[in-house]
This record gives sequence, structure tokens and C-alpha cells, in this order.
Amino acid sequence: MSEVSRAVQEPWPDLATQREGVGLGIWAFLASEVLFFGALLTTYAVYRGFNPAAFRAAASHTEIFYGTINTVLLLTSSVTMTIALRASEARLRATTINALVLTLALGLGFLACKGLEYHDDVVQGLVPGAGFALHDPPTQLFWMLYWIITGIHAIHLSAGILVVAVVVVLFRRDVIPVQDSTMEGVATYWHFVDAVWILLYALIYLVGRA
Amino acid sequence: MTEITLPFAPVEDTGAASYLDAGHTIASWLTTTDHKRIAILYALSITIFFFIGGAAIALVRLELIEPNGWFLTSDAYNRLFTLHGIIMVWFFLVPSIPATMGNFLLPLMIGARDVAFPRLNLLSWYLYVIGAAFTIYVLVAGGVDTGWTFYPPFSTNYSNGYVVAAATGVFVVGFSSIATGVNFIVTTHMLRAPGMTWFRLPLFAWSMYVVSLVMVLATPVLAMSLLLIVAERLFGLPVFDAAHGGDPILFQHIFWFYSHPAVYIMILPAMGVVSEVFACFSRRQVFGYAFMVYALLAIAVIGFMVWGHHMFVAGQSPLANLVFSFLSFIVAVPSAIKVFNWLATMYRGRISFEAPMLYALGFLGLFTIGGLTGLFLASVPIDVATTDSYFVVAHFHTIMVGGSVSAFMAGIHFWWPKVTGRLYSEFWAQFAAITMFLGFNVTFLPQFVMGWEGMPRRYHVYPDVFQVWHVISSGGAAILAVAYTLPLVYLGLSLVRGARAGDNPWHATGLEWQTSSPPPKENFRRVPRVEAGPYRYDAAGRPRPQGTPL
Repeated sequence: MSEVSRAVQEPWPDLATQREGVGLGIWAFLASEVLFFGALLTTYAVYRGFNPAAFRAAASHTEIFYGTINTVLLLTSSVTMTIALRASEARLRATTINALVLTLALGLGFLACKGLEYHDDVVQGLVPGAGFALHDPPTQLFWMLYWIITGIHAIHLSAGILVVAVVVVLFRRDVIPVQDSTMEGVATYWHFVDAVWILLYALIYLVGRA
Repeated sequence: MTEITLPFAPVEDTGAASYLDAGHTIASWLTTTDHKRIAILYALSITIFFFIGGAAIALVRLELIEPNGWFLTSDAYNRLFTLHGIIMVWFFLVPSIPATMGNFLLPLMIGARDVAFPRLNLLSWYLYVIGAAFTIYVLVAGGVDTGWTFYPPFSTNYSNGYVVAAATGVFVVGFSSIATGVNFIVTTHMLRAPGMTWFRLPLFAWSMYVVSLVMVLATPVLAMSLLLIVAERLFGLPVFDAAHGGDPILFQHIFWFYSHPAVYIMILPAMGVVSEVFACFSRRQVFGYAFMVYALLAIAVIGFMVWGHHMFVAGQSPLANLVFSFLSFIVAVPSAIKVFNWLATMYRGRISFEAPMLYALGFLGLFTIGGLTGLFLASVPIDVATTDSYFVVAHFHTIMVGGSVSAFMAGIHFWWPKVTGRLYSEFWAQFAAITMFLGFNVTFLPQFVMGWEGMPRRYHVYPDVFQVWHVISSGGAAILAVAYTLPLVYLGLSLVRGARAGDNPWHATGLEWQTSSPPPKENFRRVPRVEAGPYRYDAAGRPRPQGTPL
């Protein structure tokens, strides 16, 4: 079988249509994701509207050092992901794989950095509940949201890392050709997870420092 | 590949292998990516849950015969109606028509070989099964008593039921909805046969497309609301905790932002089904096709902006109440357009009353009652008086059971010969359809009355004055139970010894009837080319087939 016919799957007539279909599918899924995060950010907006002073006080305890490093890591990973996508369209197999591995490393770097930050947060007693370090009760709302929002984002990123890892293996073993429609979906999802982080960076790390 | 020109191309190779012959082992079913087989997997699963949910409410109705109860503890009573709600909403009604008939028919109706992502389609069924496993666990472990709405602070701090497992089950099954929705959206956009323009799509296909948009955009919000409940209950995070400045009402907003559109997830597919049935059994094209499409879209869009009418007594501002009330009234406009267009479709048609038509007519009457009582509830003062009463219960059951389940049955009977290649007993099917309509009204008309007189919903014990209505309602539920069980018998028998249906027993004109029944694995042996709309009953000029066998 030729490379192209191997890449086309049922029920698609040709590779171009299949790529377009995968693109549309992933965008439909991301529309769903936008609403998923939207519900959470709405909760943030409502609670911050109710308790502006407490949110400012609580947010000043976030670790902007880690947050900024992570922003740099993720934005860079979007660049490497874009390189991988363009390389796959040009059928540059080695470049695609290398760029994906680099993306993977940056994503793992983010998680490691996030882990160090979580450790510091726990040590400082910033987990809501008994023994919470701050006194004003609504400050717990901010930190409750911090853990849920960054946790869900980290789960999304982990899912992305897992998918990229699988794709790298499939490309390397030549199970699927790089110009297949796979990269279309993987890259779009990865950028979405990055875009969410840009919002979170402002909402979590910059609020207490204005 | 050559193309055949429709309409009325003769179907070739009728004796050839169908999708049912593509493998007879259980493994061949559990690993299938054929949309038709996945539809059947879904149909079997939701049928099981329909009867579990039905059994739960049968016990409740039996208990309510006595004003002070007679065999259930209040705790058991709470758990039964909660289980009934959770199972019927998420494990039957939401997937009912889209996951079964939608899966089976959408590719056939648009002339495609399969849905866009066949493996994702199979994954969606497995997600359903995983969610279902959580629900079964809840059922076996001892239930949950929050009501299907999971309101905090009861669900987060006080309930001693299995809230986390129940919410997880619903969370997971939500992603099966999203997967189906994404699949249908891409399928409809990308895989239509040559000549199948958007305005040649059958209204059922349109309803699947529109409901997919709603599923994709609403379900994630439900997922988040449940995730927050779990976060509070499991990890003690003060998400909706008023002591820390949290707001339990916020949960209601997020929950209903999904759960009102969810009502349209349940009713839009029903509208699609009956549009097909009315056209076929009136031998007329659907009146005002374009407006039917716009009405579907309008209901879906406005449906996202009316969630606040569930919260008129939750302390919303009068302005918010006014706006939500107004928008809720607006939904009546496209709904009424659809009802009048169905009537106009039948007007001067050659109507015949086979079982699918009887079920569809039942839908029409009950949807109208449910819709009009919905207008009562859209009005703030009346809603304040009837909130959390049996009037509300009767209203939404009339839409979701009277409407959606009737349409579900209409569709099952209409496409049964397509799916199985067999005919069922027309007499028993008609009998069941009429029984269902009568049983439904005997069950729920008394609930309108007692709700109006002040009987609150979810109460285990009640004043004697309501007993007569409760007894009538429980009697109606018994009739309904018979009506729901009958199809299992005669449809089951039809599988074994039903007469061969031929490819198109109703002489219907949709693309799905232009291939053999049951269809081959690849749906069409040649790529169909479409040159006209789906309802060509005038041009067909064929009389109704007479004397369908008993």
C-alpha cells in the first residue's frame, strides 16, 4: 500500500477530506471544552465579584516565579508543536518526530515545575480546610478554585502529553505515516491547553499583584 | 465507482449479506465499528435501564396509594425516586433517540458509509457502559437520595447516599453524549452523498445535527457542575459553602444551564422522528420544510437562554425573572410552528393509522399538553404558586415521557423493518400504542390536578384529600407498565417469526429506504446521487400498502 492510501481510513474518500474532518471534529470537541472551563471561570468571576478584597489578598500568596517559568515552557511548546505540524504536512518525518519529542519534554517540564509549586503551596498551608494559613474565610474560595482549576488544567496537559507520546511511538515505528490526519487533531488540542493557561496565568498570578 | 440515481431506483441484491451477517460472535458485536451495530448495542443497554428506572418508579407509585405509605421507609422512597430520575434522564432519555436511531439512520439518510469517526462511536458506547456501571454500583450499594438534581448543600454536606459514585456515573456518560455529538456534527458536514444539500436533508437528520450542537455545548457544563460537587464532598473544598462566602445558588445556575437544554436534547430528536412518520403516513411532503428547520435551530438557540425559569423562587432578581420568563414564552413560537406544520402536513393527506402513526399522533397530543402547561410555568406568578408541585412533575413528564417516549416508540416501529428486515404484529402494536396513550393520561392528568391543588413533589406522606388522585395515577401507571412491556413481547416474537418485510414496507421515500432492509454493512452498494428532497410522497403516487399482516 502507498503511504497515502494507508493514511486514509473508513469512511473517508481521501486524505484532504479526512484532515478537514478531523479538524472539524477536534474544534467541535474544543467548543465543548470551552464550555467546560467556562463554567469554572464563571464560578471564579462570580466569587471574585462577591469578594474582591479577599481574592486580591489570597492571590498575592501564589508563586509567580513558578507560574512565569511555566508560561514560558508552555508557550515554547506551542512553537515546537507548530513546527511538528508544518513538518508533518511537508512529510518531513524526522523533523516531525524531533519537534514532538521536544514538545513532550517541555510539557513534562511544566508538570515537574507545577509539582514543585504544589509542594510549596502545601507547605505554606494553602490547602482549604482545617489549618488553612489565611484568616478571611473567602480567601479559601480563591484557593479552592486554584486547586481545581490548575488541577483540571494539569489533567488536560497530561492527557495531551500521553497522546503526543503515543503518536511519537506510532510515527517512529511507522505504524501511521506523519502526513496522516493525526497531527491536525493533536496540535489543535495542544494549543487549546496552552491558551487556557494564558488565561489562568492572569487570573491566578497577576490578580494579587496589580 | 458508478452512481445510481434516486428516487425509486430498484434495490438490487436484496438477498445479499446484511450488516447482521457480518459476524455472529459476541466479540464481533463488542468490537464492531459499524454504526448500525453500535446503535443496537445502545438500544439494548438503554432498554435495560428503562426497565430499571421504570421498576423504581413503579415501587414509588405503589407506595403512594396510601397517604402514609405502607411498605417503604422514607429513606428508601427518596432513593427510589432519585434513582428513577438519574436513570431515566441520563441513561435512557438523553441517549434514547440519538444513540439508537440517530446512530443507525443518520449515515443512511445522508448516503454515507458510516459516521465520521467509527472508533470514537464505539468508544462512546463503552463510556456509556462505564457510566452505567457506576450507576449499577450505586443501585446495589444502597442508592442516593439527593434527587436527580444534586443540589448542594444537601448533596455536598448532608446526604448519606452514594453521591460521588452517582455523580461520577453521570459525568462519564456525559462524555459519551459529547462523543456522539462531535461524530454527528462532522458526519453531517462532511459525509453527505453527492447532491445531498443541507436543505435536502430529512428533518430527522436535521434534528440529529441540531441536537448534537446542544449536546456538545451543554453537556460539559453539567460535567463541571458535578465535578464541583464531587470536589466539595470528596476533598472538603468549600466550593458552594456559604460559611466561606460560597453560593449554593451558583450550582443551580450551572446545573440548569445544562439541564434546561437537556430537555431539548430529549425533545428535538422526537420532533425529527415524528416529522418522518407524519409525512409517510399522510402521503404528503412535510409542510413548511424550511420553517421546520429554522424552528429546530431556534428552539436549540433560545433553549440555552431560559435556564433561570427553574429558579424563579431561588431569590433571583425580579428583572432576571422577567427576562427568563419572557424568553421561555418565546420558545413557544418555534414549538407552535412545528405543531401547526405537522397538522398542515396531515391536512388533506391520505392518512392511515398504522402503529408508528398512532404513536406519533400520541406524541402530538401530549406534546401540545406539555407545551401549553409549560407556558403556565413560564409565567412567574403561576410558577411561584406551583413550584415543586405535582403540576411541574406532570408538565415535564408530559413532554419527556408523553412526548419523547411516544416518539421513540413511533421511530422504533417505523424503522423496525429497516433494522431487522421483519414485520411485527400490527394489531398488537396498535393496541400497545393506544394503551400507552390512555395509560399516560390516566397517570398524569390526575397529577396536574393535585399539583394545582397544592400536592408537593417528592413527598412521601401527604394529606388524605389527595389520595383519590394518587390512586388513579397509580392505576394509570399499571396500564403504562403493560403498554411498555407489550412491545418487548411482540417485537421479540417478530425477530423469531416475523414475516419478511421487504425493503420498503411503508413505501417511504427517504434515502434510508433506498437500500435493502436490513442494509448491507457498507449501507449502499453504490454511492447514491440525490436529486430531490426527502419527501416525494406526491410524486410517489403509490397507494398505501393494504392489509399489513397481523
